[in-house]
Amino acid sequence: MDTIADNNWLLTVLVFAPLAGALVMALIPQHDEQSHKQVALLTSLVTLGLAAFLLIDFDYGSAGSLQYFVDTEWIEVIGAGYTIGVDGMSLPLIALTALIMPLVFVYSWNHIPEPGNAKAFLILSLILETGMIGTFVAQDLVLFFVFFEVVLLPMFFMIAVWGGENRRYASLKFFLFTLFGSALMLLSFLALFFLTEAETFNMLELTEIAGAGIPRGTQLLVFGGMFLGFGVKVPMFPFHTWLPDAHTEAPTQGSVILAAVLLKLGTYGFIRIAIPMLPEAAEAWAPWIGLLAVIGIIYGALGCLAQTDMKRLIAFSSVAHMGFVMLGIATLTDFGINAAIFGMVAHGLITGMLFFIAGSVKERYHTLEIKRLGGMLAQAPRLGWILGFVSMASLGLPGLAGFWGEFPAILAAYNPAGGLSEEVFRAYMVVAAIGTVLAAGYLLWLLQRTAMGEPPAEFADDPNIVDVSTTEWIAWAPLLLGIVLFGVAPGLIFEVTDPAVGESLHKCLEAGCQAADLAASSVGGG
Amino acid sequence: MSFLVALAESDSVPTGSTVTDSANWFLEYAWLVPLLPALSFVGILFFGKRMRYKGAELGIAAVALSFLLAVCAGFAWLAHHDDGGYVAVQKSTQWLQSGSVEFGAGILVDGLSVMMLLVVTIVSLLVHVYSTDYVGDDKRYTHFFAFLSLFTAAMLFFVLSDNILQMLVGWELVGVCSFVLIGHWWEEKPNSDAALKAFLTNRVGDVGLIIGTIALFFAAGGGRTFDTVKINEAIVGGDVSQAALVVASVCLMAAVMSKSGQFILHTWLPDAMAGPTPVSALIHAATMVVAGVFMIARLYPVFFEGMQIGGSSINLMATIGAITLVFGGLLAFVQDDIKKVLAYSTVSQLGYMVMALGVGAWTAAVFHLFTHAFFKANLFLGSGSVAHAVHSFDMKKDMGGMRKFMPKTYVTFIIGSLALAGLFPLAGFWSKDEILVGTGGWGLFGDTGGNGAYTFHLLMGMFGAALTAAYMTRCVYLTFHGEYRGGHDHAHDEHGHEAHGDPHESGPRILVPLYILSGLAIVAGFANLPGGFQLVPDSWTERFGHYVEPVGSSYFPKIAHATPSWSLAVVASVVALGGAVVAAYYYFVKVDRLSKETEASLTGLPDGLSKSNRLAGAGHRVLVNKYYLDHFYERVIVAFTKGPLARAAYWVNQNVIDRTVDKAGETAVLAGRHVYDIVDQSVIDGFVDGSGRVSDATGEELRHINSGKVQNYAAILFAMAAVLAGAFLIIFAL
Repeated sequence: MDTIADNNWLLTVLVFAPLAGALVMALIPQHDEQSHKQVALLTSLVTLGLAAFLLIDFDYGSAGSLQYFVDTEWIEVIGAGYTIGVDGMSLPLIALTALIMPLVFVYSWNHIPEPGNAKAFLILSLILETGMIGTFVAQDLVLFFVFFEVVLLPMFFMIAVWGGENRRYASLKFFLFTLFGSALMLLSFLALFFLTEAETFNMLELTEIAGAGIPRGTQLLVFGGMFLGFGVKVPMFPFHTWLPDAHTEAPTQGSVILAAVLLKLGTYGFIRIAIPMLPEAAEAWAPWIGLLAVIGIIYGALGCLAQTDMKRLIAFSSVAHMGFVMLGIATLTDFGINAAIFGMVAHGLITGMLFFIAGSVKERYHTLEIKRLGGMLAQAPRLGWILGFVSMASLGLPGLAGFWGEFPAILAAYNPAGGLSEEVFRAYMVVAAIGTVLAAGYLLWLLQRTAMGEPPAEFADDPNIVDVSTTEWIAWAPLLLGIVLFGVAPGLIFEVTDPAVGESLHKCLEAGCQAADLAASSVGGG
Repeated sequence: MSFLVALAESDSVPTGSTVTDSANWFLEYAWLVPLLPALSFVGILFFGKRMRYKGAELGIAAVALSFLLAVCAGFAWLAHHDDGGYVAVQKSTQWLQSGSVEFGAGILVDGLSVMMLLVVTIVSLLVHVYSTDYVGDDKRYTHFFAFLSLFTAAMLFFVLSDNILQMLVGWELVGVCSFVLIGHWWEEKPNSDAALKAFLTNRVGDVGLIIGTIALFFAAGGGRTFDTVKINEAIVGGDVSQAALVVASVCLMAAVMSKSGQFILHTWLPDAMAGPTPVSALIHAATMVVAGVFMIARLYPVFFEGMQIGGSSINLMATIGAITLVFGGLLAFVQDDIKKVLAYSTVSQLGYMVMALGVGAWTAAVFHLFTHAFFKANLFLGSGSVAHAVHSFDMKKDMGGMRKFMPKTYVTFIIGSLALAGLFPLAGFWSKDEILVGTGGWGLFGDTGGNGAYTFHLLMGMFGAALTAAYMTRCVYLTFHGEYRGGHDHAHDEHGHEAHGDPHESGPRILVPLYILSGLAIVAGFANLPGGFQLVPDSWTERFGHYVEPVGSSYFPKIAHATPSWSLAVVASVVALGGAVVAAYYYFVKVDRLSKETEASLTGLPDGLSKSNRLAGAGHRVLVNKYYLDHFYERVIVAFTKGPLARAAYWVNQNVIDRTVDKAGETAVLAGRHVYDIVDQSVIDGFVDGSGRVSDATGEELRHINSGKVQNYAAILFAMAAVLAGAFLIIFAL
């Protein structure tokens, strides 16, 4: 893979800018909440500005190459390098992260969750941002692992300190589940280091080697370790049980970040590390990943139908949506993986937005119990309409962003990569398509129960129930616009990811594409 | 010898594609037609409330302009066709690229799409005008107009699509508008239920649409294209396997069944009448529900080959259509709500269109779509006019004798009913006759030259004609004749108004659209006078088919055209008339006398026969319960999914999967204890310390781990991670 090293200061600054802001805030006394909010917002805006510059300056003509590439020594003794770069696969996710964080800080302006302490809360958020962006730019396994883990602690504290009633349980569950996955992931990284005989953690080199020289059985095991590490994060069925608890207990900001960005670290790991580095194992694992993905689609949707709490319902819907992303990935086709990246961004915008709404509903009604809600369209019409709009986006309505994650993933399943069984994946395709019906079911049912009808008696004259506030508008508008923009012009993302996916996965796609073309022509001609 | 030559000719495939990208401005820029209402949607959404007429003026202006552009495009198409034959105009641009495949977005302008532009814009325009009065004092007036605009834009976008992906987008967007407008009065639960039912039923069909679209993407056009022209050309050229076409056509048929209200996925359509009447006229009669019919017409090679229409006497599509037209028509007899009568009538008429496409009578189907749009919109708006006056839709309780109060509405309603009943010389006569001719079933009495001999379908069509005439007679009688039965109590209408005084005729903004539509219901049929009868010059006949059917174009299959027949036209007319006469005798004579004698209200009528005859009673009960389909869907499928199935899945989640994690941890801890003696005590100590209590805990308690036992939980997971990691290490080392 080619690398371009122009302007290579940019990524380092982008990654550590939030951390710098956090350091500044550490010096400001705790009681000066206003300054904390200002610094945090400013820092995230600077980061967003840098990301915007990145978006403008990025050479889209070579989106398949790693740009702003830095490769220096870091921990010499274990051969870990400070290797960072960005290509079309990570660019949309970096942009998503940089966009979400300022919105979270805007929302935090007058929504610091109980028990307060804006300083700690905002510093943790900034550390999170560094971890997330860092994960997306890292091109060295050790560096990747470090950033991957940096994300863990702030989120743990966010849930454990600012969470709901059952926060201790939820936060520990989240922490341990992820740590459990990480342990196996690290083991797999070490295995790659030793078994490839290249003795390197450099992701570029490992992608070029693509598992050559490792016996097939061992490859399968090493992939299995990564599968558990990334799969827990996604989360894939059956490793998802931490997610509803974490989401339900987390403060609104935590839920938004968790849904919008954190889950993507897992899927990103699959397409950046697991599949390109071990293509042979990926092919063997793919049918099983696909199976778990479609189980997740149906199962997540059924879980949603059983929920009585709005936030928990949205959390469960993530299981279903990430199922579509994983189905796209499991096809091992460029088409499916493009769809997966699109699905990640779309899910980030849409589900992030849904959690914002859930937060606002909780603030107004002091409950998220669906039975007690109702008539939102009458009392807070704009809030109700936004919920309706985002529900439509979430159920994959064409013309809005969600569609372009779902439909192409289903399409890719019709014709998976070379070595994969067409019959099996076509069965997955049908199941996934049925999942879209259930998705419409639980989302519209939620909409009907919360937004339509007359307001329930207990809230009928409640002065707390007001329409969307200015802070909310500012925090939400970019997400709503993004949902429309990427729905109407999906090319904005596909054109960036397509070359990078082709380049990064060429080892496993070479065989796949040819076979896919052959299959297509045999259907056409036969 | 000449037979062989003819065979060779009919097998030859057009070599060149009959598509061009340059033509008259109005054809090339046809995308402006959907764009205008789309802009008006945005405009009304953001600024509507501040406008003088609360946004309605913007919507009307945009649709009026669209209509003018559509008319110009219509004339341009006539000229274009006269110049160079049936050459479609396609303009497209790249939309996105993925997996090295480019996806276009564009317009395909030909006779079919231009015809649809005209129908959609004119009905939409009239509905807009009508609505300014009908929903004039609605509290969500602006919002209503915004969504009328969005619907119009989406529908026009759909019919202009040059690829099936884009069609899918338009298909779903019209569905959403339908959802929003059915649920316009969402305060009432039945309305929001109806909206959900409509959307979810269509989602079921969409599973077929998604899979069918994908199958075509890979199978047709050399693989990997959504372009309708390329897909159609590949099929016409014989480059696509029969198996792929069967899969694609059957899957797409499921989508047609939901969107176009075909039996057994039609049940949402009558419920959709919960929406405001103008919406029922525009969306659930004239335009959106014909999207499925349009899709078949647009992708006709897929269905013609996939369903093996040519040379057959039965196929899935024609049979679904035939069953729908009869079963839908029967249901119209037991409805008390005037809109429900019309809704089932729409189901039945859509059945005619699908059956026509199923027997290979392409032009007949599309022509029926065209005429039906006018007379059915006419009838719906007419029913709205009556309901506006009596504040109810219940014919038996609140109507009767309305012709005295609303003579103008009465006349337009009668015209619409006659057209729907298919009586000479109104619009429905011509299109329905053409469908019956197209079945080729009349071949019993001499070959009609159709695509096959669909005798069964001809008979169903005939029976349907009698039913149609009969249920419309019933509807007209109950609404407009007899004594006025309304005003007796506090009937509530859609706006929550209470009835007051005698009903009175509607205002001009309601009447003028009715005049125009009933005018069209009279003349629209003349657009396609059958040839061969020598009644009018040949240059006047089959104009519609000539300009709309893509005969000779590269993307249309070679279909045969049945010859019109005097005898069939006469028999069909007699049958329809017979249905009307029988019903008229029953209602206008028998029931009328009975109700005058007893002075009873008609609420209990007309079930004289169904009370005295047990079989008839059972039949009546089945019809009243809508063949029990809704029971099955709502009480079995939906209730099972929402209830036991969802709860079971969640139970598994909480008690199996979550518990497995705990169990695994427990096992790991036990395993850890066994190696306690051989591994350094201090390493294990930490785990065992915490886990001692866990081991003592029963499974029951583990299932209900709460925050108080977090330490246990931590220990379990740590132990599990450690053991698994150890196992991995051992395996790697081997």
